[in-house]
Amino acid sequence: MVRVDGGGGSNSLIKARGLGKTYSRGGEQIQVLQALNLDVEQGEFVAFMGPSGSGKTTLLNLLGGLDVPSAGSITVAGDEITHMSRSRLTQWRARHVGFIFQMYNLIPVLTAFQNVELPLLLTSLSKAQRRQHVETALGVVGLSDRMHHFPRQLSGGQEQRVTIARAIVSDPTFLLCDEPTGDLDRKSADEIMELLLRLVKDHKKTVLMVTHDPVVAARADVTLHLEKGVLVEAGRLQPVASGGVR
Amino acid sequence: MAIPVVYNLRSVKERWTSAVVAVLGIAGTVGVFIAMLSLAFGFKATLVSSGSTDNAMVRRAGSTSEMDSSISLDQVKIMEEFPGVAHASTGPLVTPEVVVIAPFPLLSTGTDANVQVRGVSPRALDVRSKIKMVQGRFFQPGLAELVVGRNVDKTYAGLNIGDSVKFGGGTWRVVGVFDAGGSAFDSEVWCDARVLNQIYHRPENIYQSLTVHLDSANSLQQFKDAATADPRLTVDVSPEIEYYAKQSRTLTTLIVVLGGIVAFVMGIGAVFGALNTMYSAVAERSREIATLRALGFGAGSVVFSFMIEALLISLVGGLLGSVAVLPLNGLTTGAMNWQTFSHLAFAFRITPGLLGLGIIFALLMGILGGFFPALRAARRPVAPALRAM
Repeated sequence: MVRVDGGGGSNSLIKARGLGKTYSRGGEQIQVLQALNLDVEQGEFVAFMGPSGSGKTTLLNLLGGLDVPSAGSITVAGDEITHMSRSRLTQWRARHVGFIFQMYNLIPVLTAFQNVELPLLLTSLSKAQRRQHVETALGVVGLSDRMHHFPRQLSGGQEQRVTIARAIVSDPTFLLCDEPTGDLDRKSADEIMELLLRLVKDHKKTVLMVTHDPVVAARADVTLHLEKGVLVEAGRLQPVASGGVR
Repeated sequence: MAIPVVYNLRSVKERWTSAVVAVLGIAGTVGVFIAMLSLAFGFKATLVSSGSTDNAMVRRAGSTSEMDSSISLDQVKIMEEFPGVAHASTGPLVTPEVVVIAPFPLLSTGTDANVQVRGVSPRALDVRSKIKMVQGRFFQPGLAELVVGRNVDKTYAGLNIGDSVKFGGGTWRVVGVFDAGGSAFDSEVWCDARVLNQIYHRPENIYQSLTVHLDSANSLQQFKDAATADPRLTVDVSPEIEYYAKQSRTLTTLIVVLGGIVAFVMGIGAVFGALNTMYSAVAERSREIATLRALGFGAGSVVFSFMIEALLISLVGGLLGSVAVLPLNGLTTGAMNWQTFSHLAFAFRITPGLLGLGIIFALLMGILGGFFPALRAARRPVAPALRAM
């Protein structure tokens, strides 16, 4: 169960304690996150909401090992990542985190297949095994017939599905989604949310998602609000079957 | 595993206009680099090929070239008897020689250029077995007859078979053309050494050098030891090939140094071109780089990937530069041989080794032009770049 009071037990997959992040801008110290606690268990779908500049993306970057906190600690699946060296953190990301970005962040000169294959190049899988994994991942997102298309030949929704395939192909510990539907129309956004829910439900994936859209956030198990650098639990919703936004 | 090379290949293709600037800069530099070196190599090869490994060149001790050397007939007679000297049925295979410089008009410009006229013994063709008569005949001993090298025949006016020419106070008749296999002798005119001495009013029994055909290249030391030990001689003995290699040194060094300076300055420009291309590649693709870093590719992989890209661009530039200068190969030009003050025809010589050197030079420029942008790419903070537009 998601908790923000620092009282999570040993079941927590992701555990943040006393997390703080301070930026220095023009000699001024800006505190974005302060003494933040978070516990997320395996298979949970958590949405983070909050006004612009509230620190949602900063929190996601810290949890994903893309940035280091100014205070506190983050433990994922028993690994304390806060004090890892930069290169160790890079290796850790490859193994444990699947990223889904608002602007998809696909490599435009690589095909869908090649984009999805990228994380697997960091594993010891053979070429044949990689091919099998990529085909499976693209099958899960329903793009088996678009494997050899370049990103510019795909719609926004299809691009985001390729990004999801890339995020899940190496079977990471959890997925981080930064505004995954922010650049999509409502129909495509629905499809992406369906897909994410399916990953949680059918594949027991843990998903942490930042969004501005309350409709999208409402489909997560829990929505947490970031206010003045602290997390506040907005409400716990009953999981629903796929089939449209609640 | 590294970032796939196909990423770099396609990225270069996508931004080809920017890459073309770097490619052309590198191609131009490599072209000049190879052309300069091929000129130096051609000059050197022409002179070096004039010498044979089984010939020895004898000059007065301390002389720097044939021009300031002298050997008397008595000394020649002594050396003919030394061990190691090859013999034919006509006698020992030696050729005492004299050289003079005579001006002849160039066919191309009509202006005079210095031609080396070499007085040789009638056995000269046996001593230098690589040289063959290709037209007419060899001169008859005692007559004012000339045989000319292949390049002389093509380069100068009035030196064709049947022509009569005046120089040194005498009138000479051209009776043959010889092929010296692209060596410096192809730029020379040969005649009977005794006749040359007479016409130029030189002492009859004084020559400037003696070329000795040895039993084999191994006999050189034997011959040299005999010459050193004989108190009647004060001579320097060197392998003929070494004498000509030495002659080529001044101009070769000059061309290599001047060419090196030009290529270096152009290389700086080309490196800046490559730097510019690669920095703009890094700037344009900052989000892609950040994405790759987020996915788990290390800083080393990013540096390696951009270095590969810079090397690809420089390789294309290097290949283009090499291909562009290939038509120069074999093109004949001429220059003054500063040791003999005579005009020497030689060809640009583009060897596979030289092309390889050009490619290495191009790759070096690629490394210099790619390293710092690659480092910048790897050092960029990942999180902010992920959202870069």
